Amino acid sequence: MRLRIYYPVLATAALIVALHLVLASADATYYMTQVTMSAYYALVVIGLCLLMGYAGQASLGHAGFFAIGGYTSAVLTTFNLTPYSKTPLIAQCQSLGLTMQWKDLYGAEILSFTPWVAFGAALLLTGLIALVIGASVIRLKGHYLAMATLGFGLIVYRIALGTPVLGRADGVSNVPPFHLLGSLQVNGRAPFRVQNYYIAWIVVLIAMVLALNLVHSRVGRALRSIHENEEAAHSLGVNTYRYKLAVFILSAIFAAIGGVLLTHYNGSIGPSEATVMKSVRYVAIVAVGGMANLWGAMVMGILLNFLSLRGVFGSYDDTVFGGILIVMMLFAPQGLLRVPRLRALTARLSRRSHA
Amino acid sequence: MNLPQVVQYGLSGVTVGSIYAIVAIGFNIIYSCTGIINFAQGEFLIVGAMTAISLSHFVPLPVAIAGAVLLTTLLGGLIEIVFIRPVKNASVLRLIVITIGLSIVIREAMLHLWDETVRSLPYFTGTAVSTVTILGAHVSLQVFWVLGVSAVIVTALTLFFRFTLTGRAMRACADDRMAARLCGINDRRMVTLSFMLSAGIGALAGCVISPVTQTQYDMGAPLAIKGFTVAIIGGLGNSMGAVAAGLFLGLLEALVTSQSSAYKEAVSIVVLLLILVLRPSGLFARSDVSALRTA
Repeated sequence: MRLRIYYPVLATAALIVALHLVLASADATYYMTQVTMSAYYALVVIGLCLLMGYAGQASLGHAGFFAIGGYTSAVLTTFNLTPYSKTPLIAQCQSLGLTMQWKDLYGAEILSFTPWVAFGAALLLTGLIALVIGASVIRLKGHYLAMATLGFGLIVYRIALGTPVLGRADGVSNVPPFHLLGSLQVNGRAPFRVQNYYIAWIVVLIAMVLALNLVHSRVGRALRSIHENEEAAHSLGVNTYRYKLAVFILSAIFAAIGGVLLTHYNGSIGPSEATVMKSVRYVAIVAVGGMANLWGAMVMGILLNFLSLRGVFGSYDDTVFGGILIVMMLFAPQGLLRVPRLRALTARLSRRSHA
Repeated sequence: MNLPQVVQYGLSGVTVGSIYAIVAIGFNIIYSCTGIINFAQGEFLIVGAMTAISLSHFVPLPVAIAGAVLLTTLLGGLIEIVFIRPVKNASVLRLIVITIGLSIVIREAMLHLWDETVRSLPYFTGTAVSTVTILGAHVSLQVFWVLGVSAVIVTALTLFFRFTLTGRAMRACADDRMAARLCGINDRRMVTLSFMLSAGIGALAGCVISPVTQTQYDMGAPLAIKGFTVAIIGGLGNSMGAVAAGLFLGLLEALVTSQSSAYKEAVSIVVLLLILVLRPSGLFARSDVSALRTA
């Protein structure tokens, strides 16, 4: 019974392999690059789906968390520690194996922290910031929360744009590949394309399993009760504040993981990742996916980001996502996969099959 | 800082502050009638200014501005009828998300209509360099237009809501929509009217500020954030509070700019976050206003 919720994971895994075979036979493996990037964006969407769809809390600042993760990792892995290598702290880090020596594109020797250290630091920092921000704003409701998270996102964008160490408008480039295990590495270069396609999907599927597990647990039921009626949930003994805060932090960390991995995959990150429009785009994707529908969020997260990255929408990119928001909220607030009429139809069909 | 500098920065603060106040009042009008925060409020200013700039090539300036205000007012009404009215029993969150979508679509439509060029209306009187000297500070004539028009808007709205039948009907809807309907007020029409009214005053504010700050397609969102900050500080639905808060934020920004212009943009956001966390009902909130809105 309980295992049933994981069947789609297996089906998705099969589809992923099938897609690989199709692309390989059509000699179109270059599509995998955008699929990989979309998968990392989908991580943000999955986290936001938990927060918006299940806990019912809107966030217009998730691009901020994505950027915090990405920038932290980018700076820690590119900042050259060579001038400081004699200081006790850095020497200690070196002897503990927290740093690595590598050559950048121009052949310059760089001593920096390893991606694993940067990854840990990025998640820790994101978690802390989410805790501080969340602890103060998560008590707010509806439009107050939306505006507060929007304000947070704007501040992150302004900081990225104004801080020299974050590269101002240019962002941070020349970010090294992320060596995971043995020869496995998050690397955007063509020879690593297939490997990274699978790495990204495995990360997404792990996130899905965790998220599914969460929503089908006691915590998930508590979250949905908060969404339905916060006062009622509170009066039944659900610590609404703590649950909302926990999901806020969790979704921020999902976004940060996406940010870190995509930054190492692309080899760079810029302030465009932190714009309000990006945050709105994630909200739009969760809305199309059906709010409280993790699979919908994941599928739409991959599909829409893929189309956008392929440039299908041209100069109407933002318009498409703005339009999606309006159309979905007007006609299908339950998401594309749950248009009311379709749902009534399936209900009738299943009734007939039972009879 | 010497006296002329104080006057200079003070007047520039009051000028932008009064525009923030008008944006905030636009938020308030729609919020009191519907409980919606209209994220597209900033776009109304830019649509108004852009339309006036285009019209001013063909007709005299006053006619162009009047035409732009009229067109934007109609746009506001159209938006309500097409996008807000059909949504029945919607959660406030759903309506807010719709207005976010609208603000993006309007902004992108402006990008395609008017491209990325920074434009501006001509100065209403004199030229960009004609000034009057007050206490040693050089003040542009447009500043008086901005202050004057803002004062007229606020006064006219106050009189409208207090003394006309329509204005009173709108207030009744804001207090209790069901009771207003029972009294024979067409509440749907009042909601449409609230969108038209805030679009219209937004467009007028966009026109008078255009010669000073200039106009570009994507300037609506920052204006909306600042207007919202002002609306929150003043207490949502409280128009006199919005005026006071607008002047406060404008002066604060001018003060920060006089020290370092790099942090100007961050000021209002920090103020917004602080106020949301510490006192979300606003500095001048009356208890009865917040009680009304929670219902």
